Order: sequence, then structure tokens, then C-alpha cells
Amino acid sequence: MKNIFLALFVALLMTISPKSSQAETIQDILNTHEAAIAKGSRKTIEPAIAALRDSGLPEAQKILEIWQAKELWQRKADKAFFTAEKDSGSTYNLFDVVTGAAEGQADKKELKQIKPNSGVRGLIGAALVQFQLLDADIDKRREALVAIGRDPNASHLPALRGAIDGEPDPQIKAEKIRLERLLSVQYETDTEARITAIQSLKGDLGVDARAALNPLLATKRIAVLGEAEGNIARELEPGDDDFSQNEAYALLVNSGLAQPVPSSDDIRNALAANIDQGSVAGIPTAQLSNEETRLKAYNTLAENGIVPPAISAAEQRALVAAHKYFEVYDIADSRITDAAQDTLDSIELKVGMSQAIDLGLDGLSLASIYFLAAIGLAITFGVMGVINMAHGEFIMMGAYTGYVVQQIIPDYTLSIIVALPAAFAVTFAAGVAMERLVIRFLYNRPLETLLATFGISVALQQLAKNIFGTQARPLTSPAWLDGALTFNDVVSISYIRIAIFVLALVFLVLFLFIMKRTRLGLEVRAVTQNPRMASSMGINPDRINMLTFGLGSGIAGIAGVAIGLFAKVTSELGSDYIVQSFMTVVVGGVGNIWGTLAGAAMIGGLQKGIEWMNPSNTLAAQTYMIVFIIIFIQFRPKGIIALKGRAAGD
Amino acid sequence: MNKSFFARNPSVLIFIACLALFTLTVSVLADGFGAGVISTSFVKTLGKTLCLCLIAIAMDLVWGYCGILSLGHFAFFGLGGYMIGMWLMYARTELIVANSLAEAEIPPTAQEISDAIGNQIFGVVGGSDIPLIWSFADSLTIQLAFVVLVPGLLALVFGWLAFRSRVTGVYLSILTQAMTLALSLYLFQNESGLRGNNGLSGLQNLPGLDDVPQSTVSLWFFWASALALGLGYMLAAWVVSGKFGSVIRGIRDDEARVRFLGYSVEGYKLFVFTLTAVIAAIAGALYYPQAGIINPGEMAPIASIYLAVWVAIGGRGRLYGAVIGAALVSLLSTWFTGGQAPDIPLGFYTIQWVDWWLVLLGFSFVAVTLFAPRGIGGLFDLYTGRHAPNRHGADLGPDMGSLREKEADE
Repeated sequence: MKNIFLALFVALLMTISPKSSQAETIQDILNTHEAAIAKGSRKTIEPAIAALRDSGLPEAQKILEIWQAKELWQRKADKAFFTAEKDSGSTYNLFDVVTGAAEGQADKKELKQIKPNSGVRGLIGAALVQFQLLDADIDKRREALVAIGRDPNASHLPALRGAIDGEPDPQIKAEKIRLERLLSVQYETDTEARITAIQSLKGDLGVDARAALNPLLATKRIAVLGEAEGNIARELEPGDDDFSQNEAYALLVNSGLAQPVPSSDDIRNALAANIDQGSVAGIPTAQLSNEETRLKAYNTLAENGIVPPAISAAEQRALVAAHKYFEVYDIADSRITDAAQDTLDSIELKVGMSQAIDLGLDGLSLASIYFLAAIGLAITFGVMGVINMAHGEFIMMGAYTGYVVQQIIPDYTLSIIVALPAAFAVTFAAGVAMERLVIRFLYNRPLETLLATFGISVALQQLAKNIFGTQARPLTSPAWLDGALTFNDVVSISYIRIAIFVLALVFLVLFLFIMKRTRLGLEVRAVTQNPRMASSMGINPDRINMLTFGLGSGIAGIAGVAIGLFAKVTSELGSDYIVQSFMTVVVGGVGNIWGTLAGAAMIGGLQKGIEWMNPSNTLAAQTYMIVFIIIFIQFRPKGIIALKGRAAGD
Repeated sequence: MNKSFFARNPSVLIFIACLALFTLTVSVLADGFGAGVISTSFVKTLGKTLCLCLIAIAMDLVWGYCGILSLGHFAFFGLGGYMIGMWLMYARTELIVANSLAEAEIPPTAQEISDAIGNQIFGVVGGSDIPLIWSFADSLTIQLAFVVLVPGLLALVFGWLAFRSRVTGVYLSILTQAMTLALSLYLFQNESGLRGNNGLSGLQNLPGLDDVPQSTVSLWFFWASALALGLGYMLAAWVVSGKFGSVIRGIRDDEARVRFLGYSVEGYKLFVFTLTAVIAAIAGALYYPQAGIINPGEMAPIASIYLAVWVAIGGRGRLYGAVIGAALVSLLSTWFTGGQAPDIPLGFYTIQWVDWWLVLLGFSFVAVTLFAPRGIGGLFDLYTGRHAPNRHGADLGPDMGSLREKEADE
């Protein structure tokens, strides 16, 4: 206790006595605040730190740093401060805190190490910022800016202003200017300068800008009898959406303008507390099972003065109607709040536009994922008309292939380059095997194809579970795909998604090239349109069907590698995409790659759009999307781009 | 035409006799009658299997006879379960709440009781208000009506939309699958008011009948399931036996030709779709009180596909085939996944059926589709001597059944 008083006394002295900094040396300051420094309590340390910070002495920074690093020692005998170094045994060499000159030796028992706690170190750090802003080391200056941004404080403002002009690095200078504005918005005392700072933030997308501006517009609600005073944001009308009658009454109660209404719980408790021989206020308890009787009993109690009176709804309404309600800004000056509102509006507009762009990018990337998952189906289902429920499992096989390749080749870049063709090879083989063994016997029975491939899908999924276990396996992307392409604080897109978008485009081009420009594509189209005519022209339909199915399955495998890069690889990976993939193909229009593209764009965009309207709930987004698709198919049963004429088949 | 319905369909009588015999045997041997040969949990398993047989009949009706491969009938099954589950849960919670509040000095108001019920039921999803869809949960009659009405109405609206725009074949299958997915995703949300992924639980306890042991309750439900299965079988047999049956088989084999003959194909399909949805819902309403818990996972699209698997393995286009398939596969599945099946040591690897049962099921299903499209029911043809006309070629499935061999090969 005594120490605290002493420290307080010293602190008091410091604030009262005018500074005579000219005559002071660093040792003087340390001596003056010796007690507070030695005590190291966060409550009393401020004057000591302030004295060092504001001393204007070149050594101050060094002292503060030594102090913060717990390297400051005090000799108990004369309370003088040193830095110390262990010599031998318990003997320490002492050095002058400023010059570093040797000051003799002392035993450990004679010394006390000053160990400021984390709170005090924080305060010292804040004081050091001023010096760090001017530090020769560019990293130190950057750190200082980050430190200020994290924990802004009015005292930083002058330090920051003083550090702008001398800044050699243009980038840091810009950051300093921006931070100076943010601090001015919050702490500047001169109204004109503050408004200028506020207006200069117009269109600034940074989260910190909004964080600095929002507190200026903090409001509180008041209830008054006459007209309100102060900087009024708006008048509230009881019964509005955000200001119900009950809220109005609660505000009155809080302002001391009305008596609190006993809640139904209060009434029950009051009644229970006043039971007298099985009845309350003359009413038997058995009858108290509805609100009216309870209120009647309570009112009787109130008349007898046992409980505070209940206030009827009509009285409540009358009281609420008798008052006026306002939202009042905490800041009294309307010029500041107007400027802040104006600036925030302009920021919100820009943020809204950026969010729309960001949403568009998200939708695009989701669409490219769906497109990638569905493009294999567009071949097997769209071109050949074969329902392959195991398509999702081919995607899964591709992803697991990528995982296995990564186990063998540790270099991520190389392993991805190997994994893509490997996945294609594996799923191509699986697809060809499936076509030869199962599907070719069922070409005339589409429903049974569906069921047989479903059987294969169940078996493959369980096989994957048996081999790889149920836990998710990681498929790590190479380092150059980490991170995101950032346009501004709102709009950004991760490189993996860009890579998937590019991959989707590559496959679109590849598909078009194979179908329109190669012999295989020609034969595929011929077999699809009329197998008998095609075979009479020397095309082997069996071989073409096999290759086409293999191609579709192989692309599914590559999609699996791409999907595995951002989603965990599990045996259920494929089944998560299968329904969406079929939706994409069906919505887009069977048998047309552009239709698939349109379907993917529509489904991806739609899902993101619904998520944006109801951001908390991706499940709801999927639900509504599927419902939308079901309704959409009512109006365009053949999809967005329907085949016409003979190609439509049937 | 003066022969009676049973005389024309002897299989119905045989089936009913078998079912009665089975029910009687199980009842006598069950715990509830003191014999104790069959445990209560196994009685429940058998009861549940009967319910699955009932929904398999519905599936056979809509797929095997009418050619609509619906991948959504388990959604109706689950909806039926939810409807009855709401009453079971609400009524039982109401009793518990009323009991605990009755001890208070002041009798509770209706509002207080409903608040307490809301807290009990919806506490797990962080709410206490009773959602609007629970408005009638306190009335058994209305909820029983909902068991039929809600899935029936959903099937009617969905079917009307789908058939109206002539969505057929695999497109319809995918569409029904999407509907199931949407429904289960919707129920997974806490906002749906049906307790999200927690589902409804404690359904095995009948409100007000806490004194009756589970062994007896399980027998009641077993009998009810057997009765429902018997009635459902007769109804289905009656539907497919007359002229109506001929029309829907005609739709299965060639929709366009039936339409050209002047029949309203959409009307027939819609009727069959809705009727089977209602049968499925009734099966669900009997199934979930025996299972004790229902959650949206039960309605995932995969469940409906398994249903198709059962019917296909049992044999489409014959009602007893569906029953045999559902009973056999679901019981085998319980046996294998329950860890009762013996492991097979291969020396280098031991096949544990818990892990490998699905692989076996998947591949045997492919084998059935490829080599035995008539399923297990086809074995009966060997006995009765019912032969398909010799077409000198590959077997034609129901879809292409009406085409001549040359046409079908194309």
C-alpha cells in the first residue's frame, strides 16, 4: 500500500510540476520515477513512460527498449538503474544504461531485475511507436504502423503527423498518411480538420475505414415529453418495424418515465408468494389456470398494496403515445455526423458494387466446378444417352489417384502434372471396362443402365472406403496455387479457383476440338445419330461407344483431381456432385456442350445468388435451387438449348 | 368374368396365408407372449421389414407395372414417419410437461404449457417457439390424416407438374431424385421446424401408455404392419388385375401407343404415383414408431435407390417378387452389417462382411440386372411353368417388351 501511495504521489508531482526538460538527463527522469518503474504496476506506470517518451532525449528510445526487454536492473542500495550481464556465479557486471560504460560489479542479491508485466510492456510498446515510426529500419516502421492500426490511440496522432514528412519510402508514406486520416477521424479535436479527414475517406473500401467511421454515427434512443435536444438522427414512431410498442414502453421504463409492467412470470411468482389457505386474494388456486383470473387476483393484491400495480395495456398505450422518441447521435456536432454519414454512404455504394463483382466471381468459379464435374456426363449421358450413376465415383477415383500419386512423388507441382494424366488413364480404363462388361448389354434398357451403374457406384464407394478408410485424405495443391488474386479489400479470388476456371475452359475447347475436328468426333456423332448407317459406312459402333465412354470417364477423373484440390478427398466426394452434375446436363439441354455450359452457369450463379440473399444458410440455397430447377424443367423440358429436328431423337 | 377376385388371383390367397402363418408364429414365439424365443428387438426388426415390404409393393406398382422409376418414394415414406412422429413426440412431451407443472402451486396456463413443450422439443435447435406446422400436433386424428394427405398432396402436385410436361424415363428418375434431395436438405435445416438433423426421437414410447412394456408394444406394431401389408397387397393386386392394370402395363410398355388409343396416360400415371406415395407414407408411419427415431438422413436419395434395388432383386412386375426382395435384402443387410455374418479368412486378408457387404450387394445387383432381369421371383416361373415367348435372342426388359425383336435391337 505504501508503495502505491508513494507512486501516486510521485505521479502527482510529475503532472503538477512544470517540465524543465532542458536541464533533465535520462538518469534524472529515471530517478524521478524510480518507485513507479521498480513497482511496475500498470495503474501507476503511465507518468513514467510519458516522461520518457516526451523527454525529447535521443536515449529515451533505447531506455524504453531495454526496459521492455526486461534487461533493466536496479541496484537496491542507491536505487540507480543499469544494464547487467552475468559474470560468474552470482556476480553481475553492471553497465551504464545510456553509454554502456562499465560501472563495476555487484552480487545478484544487491540487484533487482525490473520485469514489467505484459500490460506494462504494452504501454511501453505504445510509447515506443513514436520512435519506431522514425526508425531507420523499414521493417520496424512497418511494424509500428501495424501496431498503431491494431490499437489506435489519440496519443499516436501527433507522433504520426511528425513522422510523415521525413518518410523516404513512398509506400509507407502513403500508409502513414492513410493511418493519419483514420486517427484524425477518431481523435482530431479541430472540427474542420476532422471533417476534411472524414471526407477524404470517401470510397475507401478498407474495413478499418468503416470501423473508424461507424463509431461516429453511434446513436442512443431517448424518450422525451417535448422536443428533443442534441444531434438528432431520426424520430422513431412506436409501432415501426424496428421500434415496437413494447420497446417504446421499455425505453420509457429505462428513462424513468414509466413504471415497469410485471411480466407474466412476475405475476405468477407474486401470486405463488401470496397463497393463503389454498386461495389467492379470495380466488382458489385451482382457478388460476388462465391469464384473466390471474390478473384479477393480482389486481386485488395490488389494491391491498401488497404488490406493485399492474399496468393495463390501454394505460401502456396512452403513456407510449404521450411521449416522443428520438435516435440521437453520441457526437453533438451535426457537421461531423453528416460528413460521416455522407462518406459512409459513398463507401457502402462502392462496397455493394464490389460485392456484386465478388459474387459474380464466386458464381463463375462454382459454375466452372459444376461444368468440370458435368462435362464427362455431357459426353456419356448427353451424347451417348447412357445414364452413368457411377460418374461421381469416377470423379472420386480421379481424386484418389491424385492422392496416391502425391504419396509417391512428394513434389507437389510435379505430382499434379503426373496426377492429371494418371487420373485420366485410371478412369479411362475403368470406364472402358464398365462399358464392355455392363453397359453394352443394356443399351436398349436405359432404366436398367441407371440401376446397374448405381450398383457399381455403391460397390466402388465401399471399395474406396475399405482401401483408404473413412477419414478425409488431403490432396495438397502446389505452393504457387496458394493465396488469392486480390483486386481490393472486397474482391478477391483464390488461385485454385482461377486454375479450375482455366481447366474448365481448356476442356471446353478440347471437347469442341475432338467433336468437331477429329476423326473420332466425326465417328462419335455418326454413331450417335444412326448406328446402323454408321456401321454400314465402315465405322465400328462398338469401338466408338467404348472410346466415347472411356473419354467421358477419363475427363471425370481429371475433374476429380481438380475438385480434390479444394475439397477433402473422401469416398463420398463423387456422390456430392452427382445430382448437381445431372441437373447441369438436364437443365442445359442434353447433347449439347453449350447447353451444359449454360446449365452450369445458371446453376452456379443461381446458387451463389440465393446464398447471397440468405448468407447464413447454404442448405437453403441448395434446396431452393433444386426446387427452381424442377419448376424450370416444367417450362423447358428439353433444357436451355434444346436439340431440334432429327438430332433430338426420341 | 363371374370368377371371384381371389379365384383369378390365387397368389393373393397364398400370400395372405403365408403372411398370417408368419405373423402367428412370430407372435407365439415373441417375448410379449412369454415364450421369449424371439427377442423384442428382433420383433421390431421383423415389423420394420414388413413395412419395407409394403413400400416395396408401392415401388413395384409404380415401377414394375407402370414403368415410372421413381427415386423419391422414400421421401414419402419419411414424410409419413414425420407426420406420425410429430404427434408421438408432442403428445408425450405434453404429458411430461403437464406432470412436472402440476406440482407447482399455481396451475399452469395454456400458454405456459405450450411454452414448456416448445422448450422441451426445440431446445436442441436453439428455439422455444412451436412452429406453425406443429399447430395440429396435439391431435392424433389430424396427424393421422396428414400421414395420408401431406405426402399424397406432394405426390399429386409433383406428379402433375412432371407428367404434364411429359417428363419420362430417366429424366423423371433424376427429377424425383432431385425432389428427394431438396426435401432432405430442407429438413436438415433447423429453420424447417422439424428439429433439423436431430430429427424426431423417442417415438417408440406411446403417449399415456408408459405402463405397457415395449415387448407388447412391439407386437402391436408388428400386427399393425402385417395387417397393413396384407391390405396393401390385396389393394395392389386388385389395382393391377383388372382393366386398369392392363392400361398401366400398356403405359409401361409403350406410352405413345396407349395415348393414341385414347387413354389419358397422364391421369393414369398420376393416380398410380399418388396412390403409391400414400401407401409408402402409411408404411413409413408404421415403420418409424418401431425404429424410434427419424431424421432427414433417412430420406436421402440413396434410400430410394435401394428401394429400387430390392424390387429389382425380388423381381419386378409381380407383387410377391417385391415383397421377397425387400424382405430378403433388408434382412440380409441387417445380418451382414450387424456383424453376425462369419468373416471369411483368405490367408492374406480376412473379409469382414461389415466392410464388404455393400460391395457384394452392389455387384450382385449388377449381376441380377444383367443376367436375371426377372429377379428372384423368376424362380417361381420354373415351378408354374410360365414362360416368356421364345424370342430367339437377348431378354427384353419391360421398357422394350412390346417391340419386336428386330426393332428392339436397334
